Amino acid sequence: MAQMTMIQAITDAMRTELKNDKNVLVFGEDVGNNGGVFRATEGLQKEFGEERVFDTPLAESGIGGLAIGLAFTGFRPVMEIQFFGFLYEVIDSVSGQLARMSFRSNGRFNAPVTIRSPFGGGVATPEMHADSLEGLVASQPGLKVVIPSTPYDAKGLLISAIRDEDPVIFLEHMKLYRSFRQEVPEEEYTIPLGKADVKREGTDLTVIAYGAMVQESLKAAEALEKEGYSLEVVDLRTIQPLDIETIIASVEKTNRAIVVQEAQKQAGIAANVVAEITERAILSLEAPVLRVAAPDTIYPFAQGENAWLPNAKDIAETAKKVLTF
Amino acid sequence: MAAKKGKQFDPVETLNAIEEKFEMFQILNEEGVIVNEDANPNLSDEELVDLMSRMVFTRILDQRSTSLNRQGRLGFYAPTAGQEASQIASHFALEKEDFVLPGYRDVPQMLFHGLPLSTAFLWSRGHFQGGTIPENVNVFPPQIIIGAQYIQAAGIALGFQKRGTKAVAMTYTGDGGTSQGDFYEGINFAGAYRSPAIFIIQNNQYAISTPRELQTAAKTLAQKGIAAGIPSVLVDGMDPLAVYAVTRDARERALNGEGPTLIETMCYRYGPHTMAGDDPTRYRTSETDSEWEKRDALIRFRKYLEGKGLWNEEKENEVIERAKEEIKEAIKEADAAPKQKVSDFINIMHKGELPYNLQEQLAIYTEKESK
Repeated sequence: MAQMTMIQAITDAMRTELKNDKNVLVFGEDVGNNGGVFRATEGLQKEFGEERVFDTPLAESGIGGLAIGLAFTGFRPVMEIQFFGFLYEVIDSVSGQLARMSFRSNGRFNAPVTIRSPFGGGVATPEMHADSLEGLVASQPGLKVVIPSTPYDAKGLLISAIRDEDPVIFLEHMKLYRSFRQEVPEEEYTIPLGKADVKREGTDLTVIAYGAMVQESLKAAEALEKEGYSLEVVDLRTIQPLDIETIIASVEKTNRAIVVQEAQKQAGIAANVVAEITERAILSLEAPVLRVAAPDTIYPFAQGENAWLPNAKDIAETAKKVLTF
Repeated sequence: MAAKKGKQFDPVETLNAIEEKFEMFQILNEEGVIVNEDANPNLSDEELVDLMSRMVFTRILDQRSTSLNRQGRLGFYAPTAGQEASQIASHFALEKEDFVLPGYRDVPQMLFHGLPLSTAFLWSRGHFQGGTIPENVNVFPPQIIIGAQYIQAAGIALGFQKRGTKAVAMTYTGDGGTSQGDFYEGINFAGAYRSPAIFIIQNNQYAISTPRELQTAAKTLAQKGIAAGIPSVLVDGMDPLAVYAVTRDARERALNGEGPTLIETMCYRYGPHTMAGDDPTRYRTSETDSEWEKRDALIRFRKYLEGKGLWNEEKENEVIERAKEEIKEAIKEADAAPKQKVSDFINIMHKGELPYNLQEQLAIYTEKESK
């Protein structure tokens, strides 16, 4: 098995599906000859040709429209939004058009479109590159939203996303792109969308997280282990739809939970997870479910982000509050 | 002593030169006389009669739709009278395999591309079955977001190109639509890829109440295509022969691999923007209305066909009676549509498996609806 970074696993997933299905097309700004600004599409144009892996003019809304039109003509588009902060430029194509395609046409048209996009903080980008905007798309009925936290998950989830008959937003945390390697099978495999993964088993408290916050949660779990607490870490992997079964089973086992997100606290994914837990498992709880999230300001400029981003220390502190409630 | 100046590039002169090029193309004038014989598309007698019948049908459909709306029997309706040549003659240049991306005023083109009238009525009424496009009909449900259809047309055209399908994607917007970012992105993408697309701007002079002059400093809307590097043409949108000819040419170029075309059809909307409370007397004068009505496509085409002995009152009445009958039948069919249920809405959300939240909600609503 090969050791891969997350970005290599993502490239590998696209290569696998370009090989498997001639209807798969990969496109976006600078994805062709340049291989993408992060090299996510490195070598794909050379291997599969300019007809299937191609550059677009610089206009996100146009890229979204292109994906919709290509889906009408039987293709399976994998489009890239160069940074997810540019979502605002293409939100009509994503939430106003793609998400509604099946509904609006009474099922005649579907949209097997995958939208890949880098996001997330901690890598000192300019404005509008690092924001966690997943809540904007997760609140739109008709879209699935996937956020992997490891190279292995990234490959299996991206293959599933590309094969899905409905639109899937696949968000790649920039800090995870090259932060560690993991064994990733070279052959194809899938990880079902909508299934969470228990990244660490424990008995005293459940930490529910996604994206880069999974790594921070694992660090917090390790730190608290030294103090005698056993934390379970659930990686959501898909934030819409949630894997209710895994979340509830874990909470019913540990009776305590916190939910972690990198995004600002207001109206977020974590709030939704807390609501699901209270609706379904309130009698199993021995303490309130607390959230760890970024403060409700605009995402800070590069030098300020580390003071702002939630980290392992914040997670451990909040976990202790719940453990000692 | 200043250095001797060479000839300066004159940006104003350049702009004027481009704008002057955009004269309105016409074949059949207001009197029903051919003024540009060389450009006459030479449609067969049968085709001429067919085109006229379609335009008369559309006018009757507009009248009936307006009154059905007033009776509370239709719902959302955007009137079409005044735009028949622009809509019907442009569509007349297409083939079944071409794809049409309509705006919300472009229901007639959808009908002639194969959409059942009863489905169009269901769409107007706001029934979930109103977007049901039959399998062999290449149209998308009417676009509500102004401009979105332009970028999607670029996508379908690119898809046809990649598949080697000999077909075009044709889409419509209005004069106001040309101010949208998606308008520019759509024509630019199709131009950059040289995709087989036809972009029609139906310049009916007003975007709801905002006059064409307030949309842009550009003298014509057609010239906007020049910046995207695509052939562009300004045509008399009340002249069915001219609209047909320029669209047919655009289609030929597209299929020859010469890329997209932008067409501005100069026309007028006699009625309000929609039947939902727009009052055109707030922004137009009756003098302007009657000036445009004199240029009406049906009047001039009727004269032309009568002169050729292809049309008379009896023929026109036949079409009118048939239209009324079809409309009556379609309303009956629409009335028979099933009562709308939340479980139906849930079931059409995804092609694949329903996510857990919808599965749970489906169970709840199915239970409620069974009572």
